[in-house]
Amino acid sequence: MRAFEYVSAKTVAEATSLLYEKGDQAKPLAGGTDLIVMVRENRRQLDRMVDIKALPETNVLSYSPDTGLSLGAAVPCHEIYADDAISAAYPGLIDAAKIIGGTAIQGRASVGGNLCNASPAADTIPPLIVLGAICVIAGPNGSTREVPVEQFCTGPGQTVLENGEFLVSFKIPPPPRNSSSFYLRFIPRNEMDIAVVGAGASVVLDDTKTSFVSARIGLAAVAPTPLLAEEAGGSLAGQEVSDDAINAAAEAAQAIARPISDMRGTAEQRTHLVGVLTRRALTGAIQRVKEA
Amino acid sequence: MPRKVHVQTTINGETAEFLCEPRQSVLEVLRDVLYLTGAKEGCNNGNCGACSVILDGRLVNSCLVLGAELEGKSLETIEGLAEPDQLHPIQDAFLENAALQCGICTPGFIVAAKALLDQNPNPTEHEIRYWLAGNLCRCTGYDKIVRAVQDAAKTMSSEVSA
Ligand SMILES: Cc1cc2nc3c(=O)[nH]c(=O)nc-3n(C[C@H](O)[C@H](O)[C@H](O)COP(=O)(O)OP(=O)(O)OC[C@H]3O[C@@H](n4cnc5c(N)ncnc54)[C@H](O)[C@@H]3O)c2cc1C
Ligand code: FES
Ligand code: FES
Repeated sequence: MRAFEYVSAKTVAEATSLLYEKGDQAKPLAGGTDLIVMVRENRRQLDRMVDIKALPETNVLSYSPDTGLSLGAAVPCHEIYADDAISAAYPGLIDAAKIIGGTAIQGRASVGGNLCNASPAADTIPPLIVLGAICVIAGPNGSTREVPVEQFCTGPGQTVLENGEFLVSFKIPPPPRNSSSFYLRFIPRNEMDIAVVGAGASVVLDDTKTSFVSARIGLAAVAPTPLLAEEAGGSLAGQEVSDDAINAAAEAAQAIARPISDMRGTAEQRTHLVGVLTRRALTGAIQRVKEA
Repeated sequence: MPRKVHVQTTINGETAEFLCEPRQSVLEVLRDVLYLTGAKEGCNNGNCGACSVILDGRLVNSCLVLGAELEGKSLETIEGLAEPDQLHPIQDAFLENAALQCGICTPGFIVAAKALLDQNPNPTEHEIRYWLAGNLCRCTGYDKIVRAVQDAAKTMSSEVSA
């Protein structure tokens, strides 16, 4: 590995100025499960890694049914799914946190790192999208701003972050009554693989649990960035829960997919999978509302 | 070149101090600086688990952690398992079940199994297989490894109740 400097930031302000000073030659370090591999393989050259794991702000993990979830950008997957209240409130996020790599990866890999790495196939992004997560970003000179997660990635490996900025935490609204979420992906193996396609869904049902109040659908690995399938989810609002409504939403999701062919799958297979996985994600989320 | 960092940490219960380059991984520090060569390098990218260690109670791949990140932390490695005159029950179970052939994956499997049994003393076969999915073995076909972990779980829980 090419030599670089390692600094563990003690405050948010210190982190932003350490990053700002070095421009694109500095990167935040969370769990390192993407960054260390990338630097080692010379896909990324750096002068400085700024460890953001020691900051209290990136380690918050607090949930209340009234205010929702505050999730620090550096909290590893393992810690998230170890929390019963969070697991019950946001099952779609937990589906993703439990399938990133194996146990040892989940002990380090953060949701913040998964988002900031901006892989089109990143597993936590569709659930973050369907749960309406907001990114809290800190920048130089004490600036902060908030960006909805579906607007955060701008291309493969590209994000809205400007020089000196980093992701501090996520704000995820409390789950509405009669709601739930679900995420699944297609991979050729049972574990330890990257999604060929991933699909997440969140649904809010009425009190009789027979019609949709609203729904959101998020997709991974079918475009340069993970997508919010806005029309597909929107088409379900007010509809009775039925195969027809679900199939129509799945077709609308297929319509916005712009997949490529690569070693993991062809564009045609991916488009087919968007339909199958969207149906399963919706059905899974509905099932969870009914079981609750 | 960036200066070496001075790191103070705890390894297998004892205070350890070392100097390392910021780019050196925990795996490199263990093997090349501290001469603890039990953790192995298989892939050097997080896929094989041969380098498994336990950091502050959590299983991690030492090839994906920087040595500099160990400051103030506590690390358990394969070297910390056996007593001077007695193997750890998981090590015994691997021998009894012939759960190794070439042995390169074995320290990683044993450390990963310890991390599992520390938090779940009585795992199902399914739980064992999922927990160990990040550890690859090219020789045994896994069944004997799973049986060894099941045996070790039995031995360890009877030792606790005895
Ligand atoms: C064996 C293996 C299996 C994997 N399996 C999966 C999988 O199944 N699904 C999947 O989606 N991914 C997978 N990954 C990729 C990786 O583990 C995840 O993307 C993980 O969530 C990254 O988080 P991290 O904390 O390790 O990030 P890091 O590696 O620390 O950082 C990732 C990137 O984000 C930047 N970054 C990190 N935190 C911040 C922040 N707070 N603000 C701004 N930028 C930041 C870093 O500079 C870097 O560019 C796998 C990786 C390995 C090695
Ligand atoms: S050497 Fe670390 S996981 Fe393979
Ligand atoms: S015993 Fe050879 S790799 Fe497992």
